This record gives sequence, structure tokens and C-alpha cells, in this order.
Amino acid sequence: MLEVKNLKVNRGGKNILKAVSLSIKEGETHILMGPNGSGKSTLANALLGNPLYTVAGGKILLDKMPLVKLSPDKRAKLGLFLAFQYPVEVEGVSMRSFLRTVYIELKKSGENFNKNLVESLKLLNINENFMGRALNFGFSGGEKKKSEILQLALFSPKYAILDETDSGLDVASLRTVAEGISALKKTNPKLGILMITHNPRILKYLNADVVHIMFQGKIIKSGNAALVKEVEEKGYGDTKSKLIMMNSERIG
Amino acid sequence: MENFKADNYKYGFSYPEKPAYKLEKGLNEDTVKGISRIKNEPLWMLSYRLRAYKTFLSKKLPLWGADLSGLNFNDLYYYLKPSQSNADTWQSLPKDIKETYDRIGIPDAEQRYLAGVKAQYDSEIVYGSLLAELKKKGVIFLSMEEGLRKHPKIVREYFGKAIPASDNKFSALNSAVWSGGSFIYIPKNVKVELPLQAYFRINAKKMGQFERTLIIADEGSFVSYIEGCTAPIYSQDSLHAAVVEIFVKKNARVRYSTVQNWSRNVYNLVTKRAFVYEDAVMEWVDGNLGSKITMKYPSVYLMEKGARGVILSMALAGKNQFLDAGGKAVHLAENTSSQIISKSISKNGGGSNYRGLVKVCANAKNCKSSVVCDGLILDKKSYTNTFPVMDVAGKNAQVAHEASVGRVDEEQLFYLTSRGISEQEAVNMLVNGFIEPIAKEFPMEYALELNSLIALEMEGGVNA
Repeated sequence: MLEVKNLKVNRGGKNILKAVSLSIKEGETHILMGPNGSGKSTLANALLGNPLYTVAGGKILLDKMPLVKLSPDKRAKLGLFLAFQYPVEVEGVSMRSFLRTVYIELKKSGENFNKNLVESLKLLNINENFMGRALNFGFSGGEKKKSEILQLALFSPKYAILDETDSGLDVASLRTVAEGISALKKTNPKLGILMITHNPRILKYLNADVVHIMFQGKIIKSGNAALVKEVEEKGYGDTKSKLIMMNSERIG
Repeated sequence: MENFKADNYKYGFSYPEKPAYKLEKGLNEDTVKGISRIKNEPLWMLSYRLRAYKTFLSKKLPLWGADLSGLNFNDLYYYLKPSQSNADTWQSLPKDIKETYDRIGIPDAEQRYLAGVKAQYDSEIVYGSLLAELKKKGVIFLSMEEGLRKHPKIVREYFGKAIPASDNKFSALNSAVWSGGSFIYIPKNVKVELPLQAYFRINAKKMGQFERTLIIADEGSFVSYIEGCTAPIYSQDSLHAAVVEIFVKKNARVRYSTVQNWSRNVYNLVTKRAFVYEDAVMEWVDGNLGSKITMKYPSVYLMEKGARGVILSMALAGKNQFLDAGGKAVHLAENTSSQIISKSISKNGGGSNYRGLVKVCANAKNCKSSVVCDGLILDKKSYTNTFPVMDVAGKNAQVAHEASVGRVDEEQLFYLTSRGISEQEAVNMLVNGFIEPIAKEFPMEYALELNSLIALEMEGGVNA
């Protein structure tokens, strides 16, 4: 179980997350929605321990193991993965050598690396010549997102946070990425997912167990998939009389 | 000596000195005469040396670049002959010398991918080899002394013509006291497919090594030459002041790669220059990891139309190191082109500079030059600077220059560490990525060596 308890997070001295709690059980898919600036990406970054974010209070537990004091690499080794909203480009490091290095680091051996890589590439319909390119370097938006999901498939974490993995994609790419994620769920039903999204369309491909709405650094409502429909119709601010339509969202 | 123990330098070992001959410490006219006498040289070389010595005395230390005031010319040994003969099998070398090269891995590399080897130990080449098929084709690969003995006319025609003794204080010093180095001649249209390698090893304390290399690539030929170097770790300083002159004739191509890995008590003050003729190509691939101080700016003089020069330079400066490197491209004819790429990394209080010159002379029309120099600083104690000089007089020149200086990108670091890679390894990965454009230009085995050397350098933490 991935548990977030009363998590308070600051960035640049400013308090962004105010006592956020949620818990994701093995195999569950949670959707996190909310307007720009509500703190969704902050939560994602804090979960992985981005040093730019400071935890001011609360706990993060992965199968009871407290994470807050651990460095990002230790969290990854315990089975946490973040698919970045804006995957970072690294010139001069080939995809293959990067994937292999991480794979060996996580699995403690390079055994089956090639086999698993080929399978993951197939699953996501990615051409093998992708592997000769530098890590995310010069990739299109769609390619970057595919690169994230490829890593998710290959590294097989226990819990994955997908930070707007579905944003900025055209319909065809969205479909590939979403189908990739749902195929992954099939091969690894124990995978727990926290999907940060603006896009209800992703739910066509993914069954959500729980939906959370985040607003001004708090989770103001949690419910089942029906909540997505509600947000779609009424906007995020139904309890605050603020109407922020998600259609106006592109990035955030 | 203890200060150096923390370094991850694999080649810091030494063997007791057993010189066949050693000149007394210090530098004076007798030193110069002594070296010439030992080598039994023709008179013109002795007088060349003596003139150069006068030039050396008259020249001041450079007032720019590194601080060389700690260099005491009279506290160095200028000539040490390590063994009586120049061997053509490793087995016939004295045991300690053979062991040294075994530990560095030269005989093994020779077996696997080299066309020929020259191994210098202190002042003399002690071992040499060249594939028989290349000898048959007329390829000459000798020590400079053998070259002077067997091909005096060629040597006299080219020696000091690209780099006159008066070029700078250290070219003057080398011209006065040179010993060892390679003499290479590649005949017309002969392509030497496998690299030739020279390996320079300093073993003795307070040693000055002054090898002198001359490469002549005749029309339409090709050669790839690699030099490597290491030295023991001593608390006293050593000096390496080489001169390398290269002549790349019409349509020929020479690639000269260096993996400089001196121990951190070596002053490395080297002058390297190539004269490049019609439609010929000269490529310097220069990797600098070691030494206490390096000042080195491999140069291309583009003498005739269509000549092209490439200078790829990489430096990694750590604790107590200052590496002032770069390159010079001088366009003396029309339609010549040059490319300079420099990548420098500074860590743990080290400093690395890019210093470069692009000069397009007035009569050189339609020249192209591109310079990219990037510096990466790994911590707050370290520093980097770029000193690019452009002097363009020729018409219609296209000269581009890009420079960047930056720190390790936090976003990149988080991305990599969030995947499960430690911060140390993530920095290594970023550093390797940073220098990849240069590292990939080394022959594969050397690119691998360079990467593993960098990984070693980086061990012990960014801030260690």
C-alpha cells in the first residue's frame, strides 16, 4: 500500500500542499484531478523526493516503509516510479545504456534485460531504433510520453505516479499511451497507479477505482469514477462556488 | 605523498631507478651538449639545440594561462637513459620496464588492435614495433633519434619547420633538450588502417620528459596516431614539455588522439601544430584528465585551399589541477575550414579553461570556422572560463562561435535519481553524456578507457 498521510509540502518557502492524505492499495488505480496550480505535480514530485520540494509535515509510507527521509533513488528501489509531466532530455546518454543501467540498478542483475526490453517495446509499439537515440533528446511530445511508459513497463515498479502522461498528445498518441498503460495493468495486475490528469478521456482505457479532486493544495473530494463525470459537468469548484472548467486546462 | 593517496589514480606506481645513464640535475649548456653527445648527433642538430637553449633563456614564462612560477628548471633531471638498447620484443626489456607496460596494458593493446607501438620510458624509446606489411609499404615508424640517423635529409627538411624553437619558452626548451618521441612517414596513398600508438611513461623522480614527434603524411595517405601517458605519484614535480609537428600533404588525413593521464605532480606544457595542405584533413582529438597544470592548444595551420582542421578537446580538472586547453586554427588559404569543439569539466576545486584562436588571414577568402566550447562545473569550489579569440580579415568568412558554462542540471539529476540511480552515478552519466561528442571520436578502446578513467575520477562523490 502507498499511503500519504497529512502531507504538507513547501516549495521555495511557499506552502503548497496542505495536509494531503490518500492511500492506494496494491492493484488499484486512482485518478487525481484538479485545476492548474492546485498542487498535483507537487504531490508527484514530493512522493519521489525531488529536492526542490520540502516536506514540512506528514508521512509517505510504501508498504509501511517511511519514505520522506529517503533519497529519490532509494524510493525508486523500493518500487516507486514517476512518469514525468515533462520528461527531461539528456544529451549523449543513449536510451539503451540508460535503460540498462537503471534496470541493473533496480533488479541487481542484467538478466533478461534484452528480452524484457523487446517485449516492452512491442507492447508499446515502439521501434527498436529508438534505443540508439539519446535519452528523450529531441523527442516529440508523444515520444517522450512513450519513453516514460516504456520505462514503467521495463522497470515494473509497485506503484506508479503518472503526471499528466496523457496531456499534450494527439488522439492517436493518447490511444497508444493509454492502451499501453492498460496492457501493463493486465500483465502486472498488482501495479498501483496514481494518474494525474485533466482528461476524462483516459478513463475510456483505464478503470478508476478512486477519483480524488485536489483544490488549493488539498484533496477536497474523493469518490468513484462517477466523480469524473460530475467534475466534467460542474467544474472543480462546485463546493467553492468557483467554476474552473477543465476544458480551459492544457498544462498544469 | 600522502596527499595523493585519496586519488583514484591507477598508474601512480614506480620502480627504483636503474639508469644506464643519467645526466646531473639542472639545466645549462653542458646539459644540452651532453644530450647531443650521448645521441651522437650530427653537428647541425647540436647547433640547433644550442641556439634553442639561448632562445629558451631569453624567453619569459607566459604571463597568461597557468601560474608556472613553481616550476624550478634547475631542480629537474633532463636526461635519463633507462636501458642500454631499444628492444623489439617486450621480453628483452628489463623486467621492471616490461612490468610497467604490462600494468598499463600496452602489449595487450598491441596484440589486439594496433599497427605499431613506440614506448618511451623517461628519456628514451625503449620498445618499438610495426606490422611487417606496413614496413613493406614503406611506412616509417621510428624513434626520433633513429629517424635522425636513418633519414637525416627528411628530418632536417621538416624538423622545427612547423614549430620553430622560438615559438614559445617550452618549444625552445624542447628544441634544446629533446629526447625520444616518434618519427613517422606515411608514403603517398598508403592508408594505415589500424592506429599507431606511442606511450610515454615517466618513472624517475623530478624528471623532465621532452619527446619530439614529427609526422609526415604524404599525399593521399592516412594515419591514426594515438598517444597515452602516465607517471608515478611523487611529491616533487615533474615536467613534460613535448613538441609535435605534423605535415599533412595534399589529400592526406591525419588523426592524432591523446589520452593525457599524467599523475598530478606533472607540469604538462606541450606545443602541437599541424601544417595542412590542399584538401587535406587534420584532426586533433585531445583528452586531458591528468597533470597538475596543462597548457596545450593543438593547432592547425591551413596552408592551401580546401584544407580542413578539426580540434576536439576535452578536459576534466579535479582537485589541485588547472587545465588550460583549447586549440588554434589559422586560415592561410581560401576555402579552408575549421571546427573546434571543447568540453571541459571542473570538480572538487579544479579549474579548466578553454583558450582558442581562430585567425582568418586577409588573403584567405571563403573560409568557414565553427567553435563550440562548453564548460560544466560540478561544485561551487571549481571554476571554468572561456577565452575565445577571433581574428577575421579574409573576405566572405563564415565564423560561428557558441559558448556555454553551466552546472549540473537539477532537473536532469532528479530525473535520473528518481529512476533508482544514485546521485553519484547520475552525475557520472551526465558527465559522460556531456563529453560524448568528443569521447566517441576516440578509437573505441580508448573511448572506453576514457569513460572508465572519468568514472574513476568521479568516484568518492561530487564534493569529495
